[in-house]
Amino acid sequence: MIAEIGLYCLILALITSVAQSVLPMWGAYVRNARLMSVASSAAITQLALLLISFGCLILAFVRSDFSVEVVAANSYTLQPLFYKISSAWGQHEGSMLLWVLVLALFGAAVAAFGNNLPDTFKARTLAVQGMIGVAFLAFIIFTSNPFARLPFAPEEGNGFNPLLQDPGLAFHPPMLYLGYVGFSIAYSFSVAALIEGRVDAAWARWVRPWVLASWCFLTIGITAGSLWAYYELGWGGWWFWDPVENASFMPWLIGTALLHSALVVERRHALVNWTLLLSILTFTLSLIGTFLVRSGVLTSVHAFAVDPSRGVFILFMILGASGGALALYAIRARTVQNGPPFAGVSREGGILANNLLLLCATAIVFLGTFYPLLIDALTHDKISVGPPYFNMAFGPIMLCVGGLMALGPFLRWRSDVAKVAAKPLQMPAITAAAFGLLVTIVGKSVPAGLGFGFAALIAIGLVVWFVKRTRLGKVPFKQSATMARAFPRATWGFLGAHLGFAIAMVGITAMSAWETENVAVLRVGESTTLGRYEFRLASTDITRGANYEAERLTFDVFESGKAEGQIESERRFYPERQSFTTEAGIRPGVLANLYVVYSDAGPAGGYTVRVNRHPFAMWIWIGGFTIAGGGMISLTDRRFRVAGLHKPSKAAPAIPGGTAAA
Amino acid sequence: MRPVFMLFALLLAAQTLTASAQERAVPEYSAELEAEAREVGKSLRCVVCQNQSIEDSAAPLAADMRQLVRERLAAGDTPEQVRAFMTTRYGNFVLMKPPFQLDTLLLWLGPGLFLLLAGAGWFVYLRPRAQTPGLPEDLTADERLRLSRHLPDEAGS
Amino acid sequence: MSDAPISTQRQLPRWFALIPVGALAVIIGFFAVGLTRDPHTLPTMMVDRPMPEFQLQQLTDDIPNLTSDQLRGHVTLVNVFGSWCVSCVAEHPMLMELSRQNLVTIHGVDWRDTPREGAAWLNRYGNPYASVGLDADSRLAIDLGVTGAPETFLVDKAGRVRYKQIGPITEEIWEETLAPLARSLEEEPQ
Repeated sequence: MIAEIGLYCLILALITSVAQSVLPMWGAYVRNARLMSVASSAAITQLALLLISFGCLILAFVRSDFSVEVVAANSYTLQPLFYKISSAWGQHEGSMLLWVLVLALFGAAVAAFGNNLPDTFKARTLAVQGMIGVAFLAFIIFTSNPFARLPFAPEEGNGFNPLLQDPGLAFHPPMLYLGYVGFSIAYSFSVAALIEGRVDAAWARWVRPWVLASWCFLTIGITAGSLWAYYELGWGGWWFWDPVENASFMPWLIGTALLHSALVVERRHALVNWTLLLSILTFTLSLIGTFLVRSGVLTSVHAFAVDPSRGVFILFMILGASGGALALYAIRARTVQNGPPFAGVSREGGILANNLLLLCATAIVFLGTFYPLLIDALTHDKISVGPPYFNMAFGPIMLCVGGLMALGPFLRWRSDVAKVAAKPLQMPAITAAAFGLLVTIVGKSVPAGLGFGFAALIAIGLVVWFVKRTRLGKVPFKQSATMARAFPRATWGFLGAHLGFAIAMVGITAMSAWETENVAVLRVGESTTLGRYEFRLASTDITRGANYEAERLTFDVFESGKAEGQIESERRFYPERQSFTTEAGIRPGVLANLYVVYSDAGPAGGYTVRVNRHPFAMWIWIGGFTIAGGGMISLTDRRFRVAGLHKPSKAAPAIPGGTAAA
Repeated sequence: MRPVFMLFALLLAAQTLTASAQERAVPEYSAELEAEAREVGKSLRCVVCQNQSIEDSAAPLAADMRQLVRERLAAGDTPEQVRAFMTTRYGNFVLMKPPFQLDTLLLWLGPGLFLLLAGAGWFVYLRPRAQTPGLPEDLTADERLRLSRHLPDEAGS
Repeated sequence: MSDAPISTQRQLPRWFALIPVGALAVIIGFFAVGLTRDPHTLPTMMVDRPMPEFQLQQLTDDIPNLTSDQLRGHVTLVNVFGSWCVSCVAEHPMLMELSRQNLVTIHGVDWRDTPREGAAWLNRYGNPYASVGLDADSRLAIDLGVTGAPETFLVDKAGRVRYKQIGPITEEIWEETLAPLARSLEEEPQ
């Protein structure tokens, strides 16, 4: 019964979204208020229906209803409740349901909080959002029905993929989807703006918080996913340039560009056209990512169940959604007023350069990810594009982004003189260059020196910016503190996010330059060394988990002969899936993580043990989360609340001293 | 039923195959050779896995390939020769870093091309022209007023 | 406000706006082609190359070991299999049938196996092979560019590989691809 209710709600949601996409659009055309008002109620109804539907799926998992195909294939009776629930979105069908649920959530949020949007604009935005809903709901119902029943219910389910039985999975996909799908709002806003043919000053205030929120979620999702891969997959890697990872990274890169260009629209009403294009492209890349993950055109370590017929469906969606929007853009973009002009050297010019660099970075990731496909299509040859390519092509661009990031905040809006703007950066640049040189010599690595140097440039630049802005040292401290307190939240957000980038840069650079590794076959009592560390296999034992058996190896760790505690590394065997997982033994540290995994027992009864030292590894994820944290702080800025939740105040408050949330 | 996760299939395959691999005694190699072999291994893609180097992979064929890499290096092959050995048997697919050749021209020149285009775009769009500074003439008074209200003043920015 | 000259942004030519949609069309085109390709199968590097020299371990005393010389002089099939391989079980009746009708000489490469398990497997399902060699550490398999089992190589009289079949040989594949090719190879002068 529950599965039928779930499916029924899905079908109703599809019908609702058809109404949501057609009636308000027509209503906006003929200026019929009643037709336009359908949009909001339809959006909220859709959310309610999909909540029920998703609830039904979770209930089917909790009750282990094996007559439902996805439950039988992905759950089993003894599975802990937590993983019964999270396995509801741990497979293709359920995760697509989560996808549309998030889509509906964003639609309903616009409906609920968008009271101060012009009526026609709101109606058109929601109608476009409804169209995306129609496509995805049809996709689910016709190609990936999560409620499909089996003719005969098996006694016991197949169990959930052990690799996914981890708290990481419970959070990683929902966060990713909140990001991915959230960009649909920016898309809908842009398409609505193109239909209307005008973008007024309030438009950017409207779009930016949505973009910012989505971007924060995506940042968290990617960072969490990387952390999860690090401790669960047991290769000690944190990023593999795998197609599925790139699928989420491309929207992030271009979303970052969008975030900054929307700032220019908001503050200066310039780059309007460009921002519209970026909104469409960002969501297009989200769709392409979905295509890549679900269609199996490329092989990936994290692949979902793949099925070319689903690929065809999604391809048509891209054709409709992105093709339609870009065609509309080609026709209408000229009618949209662009704002006041600006000089090449100016805050706007800097952000445009940042946008172009990020677009280049996106294009490189895209080229590398899909090049094997291109070659296969043209010549039937198969090639691989692996990490060496991406690191070579991507690294230099990120250094440029870093340099621009340091300079950007010092540039004035509209027009500036390069020499004057760069003056405060003189001291940071010299310091950073010296630091980078030192790192190069001591660390024997030029890339590491560059990475550390640019990270230092950004960080010192931020400090100088802060000192300059609060006139620290020039006026009494109390006065500086008052000025700092008067900073809008967005300014703190910018400081946090940029600092996070510098932190992540340190971790990434160090990991790629100085990671060390040793492999040895050990028996109990024997030890191996790695630099000044010694790892002694102290004991082995067998433990039982809720639905697995684990073999645990305990290592005594010595640093320069001094006992430094223990590391435990596990291999778990899940009988219901007849498969193993690796739980890496990790001793996290600020300067380096120690990482121990062991593979199959060696020839003479020992264990093949791999020990790694991962320098500055934690900085990668701390940096990632700091970036997201900065975005979150920025999101609480008063101006967004003005724009988002309340009636707009008559005159936008002019903030003394200006804000720089670049 | 179709296996739902490719990874799962992979693990299962790896597991059923490991039995035979364990029976061979592994000769020890020097630390330098081991390090060199690991570098070579990281540059070779496992042909039966989804997207891993032979060094990272748990698949049995990858283990045999690792072994072969070590033997060839021990026999005096350079890393380049070992990679060439694998390429003649499995094609360019095994190379994590694609070779620079005619059909990868776009791949290798692409990044530079993108940067060039972006730079050109920036200059073309922002090319300074001798025109009057200030707000453009095509704004109406009303628009100017609206604009000025939405913009914070410029001081300090 | 500074007095530096400010550019008026150029109104870009109209066709600029068509670039994104054009690029998308090209990309979708490639995706569509990509959907028809299987990313897992690698192109064969071995075709038209001589079979490499190899030394294999004899599986059991009752079946002759496979040696390089056996692949000269007449057209043969070299089938890579293993007792751990599920698809090989599915393919096996077809090989038995070919051997029973004496349509072609089939040699077996027992890949990544143990003598005990390999022999037991042949006992259980029957032996269609004229000779079998054990390739426990993938030496020959890697030389042949094998990625999975079963894989079958059609070898001509001169001992050159002329065709590689990835995955099980079905009746259809035999009738339509392998048999005609084998016949034409038989007629080639050595």
